[in-house]
Amino acid sequence: MEGSKVTVKDLSLFYGNNQALKNISMDIPEKRVTAFIGPSGCGKSTFLRTLNRMNDLIDHVRIEGEVLIDGINIYEKNIDVVNLRKNVGMIFQKSNPFAKSVYDNIAFGPRINGIRKKSQLDEIVEYSLKQAAIWDEVKNRLYNSALSLSGGQQQRLCIARTLAVNPEIILMDEPASALDPISTSKIEELIHELKQEYTIIIVTHNMQQAARTSDFTAFFYLGELIEMNTTGIMFSNPARKQTEDYISGRFG
Amino acid sequence: MNRNLKDKLIEGLTGISVLIIILVILLMLFIIVKGGWSELNWRFISEYPRDGMTKGGIFPAIIGTALMTLIMTMAAVPFGVITAVYLAEYANERSVFARTIRFAVKTLAVVPSIIFGLFGLGFFIGFVGKDMDALFRGGELKWGQPNILWASLTMALLTLPVVIVSVEEAIRTIPREMREASLALGATKWQTILKVVIPGSGTGILTGTILAISRGAGEVAPILFTGAAYYLSHIPHSLSDQFMSLGYHIYIMSTQSANVDETQPIQFATTLVLLILTFSLNAVAVTLRYRIRNKAK
Repeated sequence: MEGSKVTVKDLSLFYGNNQALKNISMDIPEKRVTAFIGPSGCGKSTFLRTLNRMNDLIDHVRIEGEVLIDGINIYEKNIDVVNLRKNVGMIFQKSNPFAKSVYDNIAFGPRINGIRKKSQLDEIVEYSLKQAAIWDEVKNRLYNSALSLSGGQQQRLCIARTLAVNPEIILMDEPASALDPISTSKIEELIHELKQEYTIIIVTHNMQQAARTSDFTAFFYLGELIEMNTTGIMFSNPARKQTEDYISGRFG
Repeated sequence: MNRNLKDKLIEGLTGISVLIIILVILLMLFIIVKGGWSELNWRFISEYPRDGMTKGGIFPAIIGTALMTLIMTMAAVPFGVITAVYLAEYANERSVFARTIRFAVKTLAVVPSIIFGLFGLGFFIGFVGKDMDALFRGGELKWGQPNILWASLTMALLTLPVVIVSVEEAIRTIPREMREASLALGATKWQTILKVVIPGSGTGILTGTILAISRGAGEVAPILFTGAAYYLSHIPHSLSDQFMSLGYHIYIMSTQSANVDETQPIQFATTLVLLILTFSLNAVAVTLRYRIRNKAK
């Protein structure tokens, strides 16, 4: 496999005594889109959240194994989680803009990083919104509440908000599952654009979406990584029968 | 048939109790409005009492109440917000410490107000104030006696539970997704609280503040020994001055006045002012709280 951005070694995750992820190892290539698929409860979202240590927020979670980003284990004691999360952005299933203006949503990240200069913020806001392909729709209402935007616009706004802190990796947890087909296709186009510059990992329930957007696909089942390969091979000639059954819709 | 009758009976009983409550409120309002309406005018609000408080207005009592509530708010709201943030964001629900705080807040809410008054007298005046005098003024009496500062702080203690409960409730309505959005952008927990949680709890903080004010504005017992004055020819100029208060003024006029019957109209008018003040503050608080609850759904 080409240059990998993230390397996971023997990762297990426990909720109390309940093991949710079982010895997962994989390489995630740089500046490619990797899709995680699998039935509900298979651990794909939980796994995604180990990559920016979002599970830290949940009580009684224990993690074993390593997640190396650019060769550095993010579960080392001396890792600054705040810096990690700046580097590994996250888009959630339900779009979650702050109850602030469009501008303040985008400027939130830069501001907490200490950027105060209006001209600099203006530049970041415009650039991020353009990158997320939503600039033309919101440029005349930057100071309106972000909550006045449509669902699809809100999700692209959240993507722009993430881009504004300049991450290298973007995690997307079913980013289009709550959107209509037109908004979904806009998000998918955007993912295609963004992979020029970012390493993207997307969790999805939608097989067609995985097939359309991703370069690599990983199939999870009951907390285990069953199989990972290029999306072309996974969808045409998977090695494992479970994968084939799931992809062809025989279960899941 | 029998069951039907029982149902009707209970329905009737509940209806009657509701009716009684409404009648009591209406009667109370009617008596107060009827008794005080004729006296209520601009001069009544803007003038000092005259002729041994049998005539004139209630200006110093209004200003005194307003200043006392203002100082009380400045003490109770920041302290209450910080406590609520701790309880909602940092405290481990099962820890002994957090449970102790919760228990203390609940207890504080049910302590009779006169006890707060006695506590204020003993603690703020007898302990803090006297020691301040001994330390900074060589024992000369200034802070070791009733004044608007000690009265306001005593009242702040009384209203603190109201603030804590309202703010904590509001903080808990901030969805987890909002916190996660902030943390995922690389914000620290503290930045998240400061920039997302507290701004999002704005209405809750406002509700708590208004409820505290409307409670504090009408209470008399806590300020009885700690700062309220019988009569003053001036409004307070410094924190070490005493002050007049609407609630206490009503009590004085209706029990201590030279001629209780003669002053009845201005007693009613004073009561009316106090009622309008607390009712309208409460109405605002209830509306805000209703909006928060709707948002939470």
